[in-house]
Amino acid sequence: MPDATGPDQIFQRALANGEILLPKCKDCGAYHFFPRVLCPHCHGAAISWKRATGAGWVHTTTVVRRKPERGGDYNVCMVELEEGVRMMSRVEGISPENVVIDMAVTAFVGEAEGTPAVLFKPAEA
Amino acid sequence: MTDRLRGKSAIVGTGHAGFGEAHGLTAYDVMAQSALAALDDAGLRLSDVDGLFCTMMEDSMPALMAAEYLGIQPRFIDGTMTGGSSFVNYLTSATMALDAGLCDVALIVYGSNQRTASGKLVTASRPPAYEAPYNPRYPISAYAMAAARHMHEYGTTREHLADVAVAARSWAQHNPEAFERGPLTREDVLGARMVGDPLTVRDCCLVTDGGGAIVMVRAERAKDFLKPPVYVLGSAAESSHRQISQMKDFTVTAACESGKRAFAAAGVSPADIQAVELYDAFTINTILFLEDLGFCAKGEGGAFVEGGRIAPGGALPVNTNGGGLSCVHPGMYGIFTVIEAARQIRGDAPGLQLDGIDLALAHGNGGVLSSQVTAILGSQNTL
Ligand SMILES: [Zn+2]
Repeated sequence: MPDATGPDQIFQRALANGEILLPKCKDCGAYHFFPRVLCPHCHGAAISWKRATGAGWVHTTTVVRRKPERGGDYNVCMVELEEGVRMMSRVEGISPENVVIDMAVTAFVGEAEGTPAVLFKPAEA
Repeated sequence: MTDRLRGKSAIVGTGHAGFGEAHGLTAYDVMAQSALAALDDAGLRLSDVDGLFCTMMEDSMPALMAAEYLGIQPRFIDGTMTGGSSFVNYLTSATMALDAGLCDVALIVYGSNQRTASGKLVTASRPPAYEAPYNPRYPISAYAMAAARHMHEYGTTREHLADVAVAARSWAQHNPEAFERGPLTREDVLGARMVGDPLTVRDCCLVTDGGGAIVMVRAERAKDFLKPPVYVLGSAAESSHRQISQMKDFTVTAACESGKRAFAAAGVSPADIQAVELYDAFTINTILFLEDLGFCAKGEGGAFVEGGRIAPGGALPVNTNGGGLSCVHPGMYGIFTVIEAARQIRGDAPGLQLDGIDLALAHGNGGVLSSQVTAILGSQNTL
């Protein structure tokens, strides 16, 4: 397999290795998400990659209602990471109704739709 | 649009077709029937149209498909796709094109057969790569998360959301063109099937067929047509994101900016507006846009819509045709905000016609609270 070159490839390749990398601008120092070739804050094109601490909080959340025979209800939420970026994900390990705004969560690399994905679980108290 | 364009263009025809269920018709059939209806309303023919403003849900080159179907060869074309706001956005580009002499008769047109074709939203859009793995239900999950955040920050309640749906239905009950006209109570909305917490199926817009069209000309010849002209006094857009995960503040939309500039261009303020037509894809939209357009303060939208205040006989007439929640919602509703605003001003609204409407606002929303476009329309008295 050739080396990852584009920002999406770098992110996905890290995920496949169980690692969550976040793009960080070398010019203004701000993180951004989703990965891209420039910084959406200052538009600088020098991007570095940092390992996410995994700490975050639920910014907003919903329960997608689905018939039990098709797999039942599930959570979709927005998580704000300690680094200051938000990503869509879901919180696993608790019922979807119990995912609430402001709850502390911890990221892990799991699987969604058959591909490696950033998922969250409730943070240890 | 700046105030240099204030009142430079006018709507001289509106039309629609295929409301509810358009059995046996394609989306382009409904589009074309809408175009004919609007041209008939103006006393014009398709051969007079030299500017076409169109997008559809199912293709990547819908404006070309529409021109070809209609048998016209437009010398100005705009197919900018910003979702349901596109058709309010075309008021700006049509005004610019008319003013510059790039066209003489502008036709804004849309059609959809999504209800009879599939029963759900038809779209050529691809799911965003960084959202798709989590299976958000598009677009409900996005609006549900905006509603949840608004409730968390401002104490907005599900009852407030329900009151938006009830108000829309009470307008629709007077409108023979509306698709849903049965009784609807707050309890009905709260007790309906939950689809994406906190939104029940009654917090969501209809899935119908339907099309709409608008004919515009330069203001100087606007009095030569069959109906009283409705002038575009100001229109403005602001785009903040495409994917819901990129929305900076889930409780504030770019309507703050589009509204501010549309009001400035028209030289009026929210207190002057007599009828408000908002893109209500979900009940939270109405609350967000009333706040962001300046009809009430941020966070007070819930109280503003409570207890029939935006229903017939209330403090402010909002979505006087029944809106996307109860009148019609064929994939993209934006054009119908303009049509209802124009008809209230002309005095031929299909449902409850309000008395002496000189100033009305139409607001389009596109994507997932992504593109916001505000237009202020006025009668001859407002020039
Ligand atoms: Zn930067």
